[in-house]
Amino acid sequence: MQAPARPMSRALKTGAALAAALVLTLTLGTLGAVLTRAEGFAGLGAADWSALRFTVTQAAVSAALSLLLAIPAARALARRRFPGRGVLITLLGAPFILPVIVAVMGLLAVFGRSGFLNDGLAALGFARVSIYGFAGVVLAHVFFNLPLAVRLLLQGWLDIPAERFRLAAALGFGPGDIARHLEYPMLRARTPGVFVAIFLICLTSFAVALTLGGGPKATTVELAIYQSFRYDFDLGRAAMLAAIQLGLCATAALLAARFTLPSGFGTGLDRPVARWDANGPFLRTQDIAVLILTSLFLLAPLLAVITAGLPRLGSLPAPVWQAALRSLAVAGVSTLAAIAMALPLALASAARSGRRGLETIGMLPLATSSLVTGTGLFLLLRPLANPGDIALAVTVAVNAAMALPFCLRALLPAARELEADYGRLAQSLNLTGLARLRLLTLPRLRRPLGFAAGLTAALSMGDLGVIALFADEDSATLPLQLYRLMGAYRMQDAAGAAVLLLALSLALFWALDRGGRADA
Amino acid sequence: MKKTLSPALMIAGCLASSNVLAADTPELIVYAPDYFGSEWGPGPAIEAGFEALCACDLKFVTGDVMSRLKLEGEGTEADAVIGLTTDQTAAARATGLFAAHGKDLSGLTLPVAWDDDTFVPFNWGETAFVYDKTRLAEPPASFAALLDMSDDVKIVIQDPRSSVSGLALVLWMSEVFGDGTEEAWRKLKPKILTVTPGWSEAYGLFTSGEADMVLSFTTSPAYHIIAEEDETKVAAIFPEGHYFMTELVAKIGATDQPDLADAFLDYVLSDDFQGMIATANWSYPAREFEGALPAVFASLPRPDKTLFLPEAEAEARREPAIATWLKVMSE
Repeated sequence: MQAPARPMSRALKTGAALAAALVLTLTLGTLGAVLTRAEGFAGLGAADWSALRFTVTQAAVSAALSLLLAIPAARALARRRFPGRGVLITLLGAPFILPVIVAVMGLLAVFGRSGFLNDGLAALGFARVSIYGFAGVVLAHVFFNLPLAVRLLLQGWLDIPAERFRLAAALGFGPGDIARHLEYPMLRARTPGVFVAIFLICLTSFAVALTLGGGPKATTVELAIYQSFRYDFDLGRAAMLAAIQLGLCATAALLAARFTLPSGFGTGLDRPVARWDANGPFLRTQDIAVLILTSLFLLAPLLAVITAGLPRLGSLPAPVWQAALRSLAVAGVSTLAAIAMALPLALASAARSGRRGLETIGMLPLATSSLVTGTGLFLLLRPLANPGDIALAVTVAVNAAMALPFCLRALLPAARELEADYGRLAQSLNLTGLARLRLLTLPRLRRPLGFAAGLTAALSMGDLGVIALFADEDSATLPLQLYRLMGAYRMQDAAGAAVLLLALSLALFWALDRGGRADA
Repeated sequence: MKKTLSPALMIAGCLASSNVLAADTPELIVYAPDYFGSEWGPGPAIEAGFEALCACDLKFVTGDVMSRLKLEGEGTEADAVIGLTTDQTAAARATGLFAAHGKDLSGLTLPVAWDDDTFVPFNWGETAFVYDKTRLAEPPASFAALLDMSDDVKIVIQDPRSSVSGLALVLWMSEVFGDGTEEAWRKLKPKILTVTPGWSEAYGLFTSGEADMVLSFTTSPAYHIIAEEDETKVAAIFPEGHYFMTELVAKIGATDQPDLADAFLDYVLSDDFQGMIATANWSYPAREFEGALPAVFASLPRPDKTLFLPEAEAEARREPAIATWLKVMSE
């Protein structure tokens, strides 16, 4: 990792440039490689346009809803202290890191045709409800992404210095004043970025949209790309659709940047935050209700997954455990790689206020089609190495790049505040190089760094990673083994493997995230 | 393993149970679908069985076989390819990469005639709707009866655009209903709970109780009976006939191991290979012989009529069949 010196020292510039170059290679470079093999371009058909419309609509609705539900939940978590709060925060993050199929099974156990909800409704004499269709797609996407939104916003609340709340209390601020003068500016700085991140995640969704969408009305662009590969081997069409996805991503990221306003809270002394404003019985009841509802929504499906798989956990076949070890190793290396890319990108981006190029580049991996990335990488790397031999290395690189946008979302706001609050002081003290990294950057960014590392590790555990073309006999990861068990009819063992995956991902997330927030 | 790269690779290298081979052991590279890499499929037993005969190293390279072949073209490393399906053979043949097999296929026991000179079948099966008899008391006796069932019966199918079995269903219906296919889809539609990207998701929805029926294969119940001693899962057999699917193996023309590739094709047709298909692949072996099937398997109900679309016909019907499905399902 490059040590940042003064704003945009040579080391920082090099680090950021290297990271940006790697991301561009994995996104635009792979797309270009696929394009070189394309044979002509057909225009988009009516079905493509309808897929595009559906994709954008459901992504926008899912992102908006996730954000709206996340704001009260994050606020409740920020202003309440209770036993088990840390564990609850970790558990609430779980849906985001589950493999799609596992999460869908969990959701269906609660909201499905024969799920708890419908059984309950039937017992009370009401009609059963069906979640398949647009509502199901949005429900699943909110289930996946609400945890991310809650965590990113909670971090925003925690980053408001305790002194501002003390001042607010001294001035006799009520909850409304707090919201207007402290919380709203914080949200103004954070929500556009969170919205875009979730919008983009939902944009490239494939299995969720199809499985819960109820049929081809819920077709996303990603499925159209898949179809171009699978039957027609029409690389031109696949590349064009992928380029449209990337274009949407860049537009969304730039728009969000325009709407983002710096919060301007200034520095604090890291005192514990006391919230004199939130002690009233009404707010207390409101927060408790919000937390209970959010926990029910996010944890009930998880409980269903655990109940289904726990009995088989002990008797899982040996290859599953081997794959688990391999996945842990992949997750560890991916995390180091992602942080090594994200930190210089965030610091460089913060140092160049008003310029959003690096930030936009960092968001691109969210909108890439994994099929196009995989194929492009295959074309780029095949002259250099045997694809089977580098399967795990490619997995690490792709995982790190895919996690980069989340790392940036966690790091960027904090890095900007760091620059605004301490940049001039550090410069006047001539605090540079490793000393600056050790004395200023790492301590001030400890919390978002821990969160970013935890998230990357957990995502790398759960991600299917590569991409059909690089598979090798001896490189199966835990999620791949889970899918193989399902493919061999072993649904019970697959449920057990899902619990193992969930436990390992959560443990990694908890350990790394915990390391970053000794005071939360 | 290569000397470069990450700790992850080193750990993986330690974990991988690859045996040390002498440097001059010839290597036979066979491209295969992902399930050949799975410990719960036929891959490991096939590898051990063939290596015991050939004094060679059989290496399965798993993944999306056709995409990889097309990307690699003449430069492919593959010596042979296993697991292609009949909806891929037209495209596979067009690559010009494959050589004639030169095998005597008269011993095959497929329910259809097979005289292809390039592709050798190693298993076969037929699509079917599988149900749980404890949950569906009155199963449909025919495809027509299935369409007329109450809309409360919920079926999960797979998307023909992303799944082989999903594609088989749209072709199956086009063969059974002909000009009436669109109307048939319209009757089936309200019963379709959802459409999944692949077979695994659909089957998972079925076994977890979310759906009453699932598009799968006539042989699916064998797994539940043999591996789980569960006799509640049954395939509905229709007099209109069931859609035939087979998986194929073929030799690459430009292979640097022509003799080994040839020997591999012989092995595929051998008793050893064919005998493990039933319980490793949960399908019928292409060359059934006395004792090739466990008793349970042999006693599964079989359709009287098999519907088979030859490659050219399947290729010609694919796009219109998917278009009809899309049209009705998007209404």
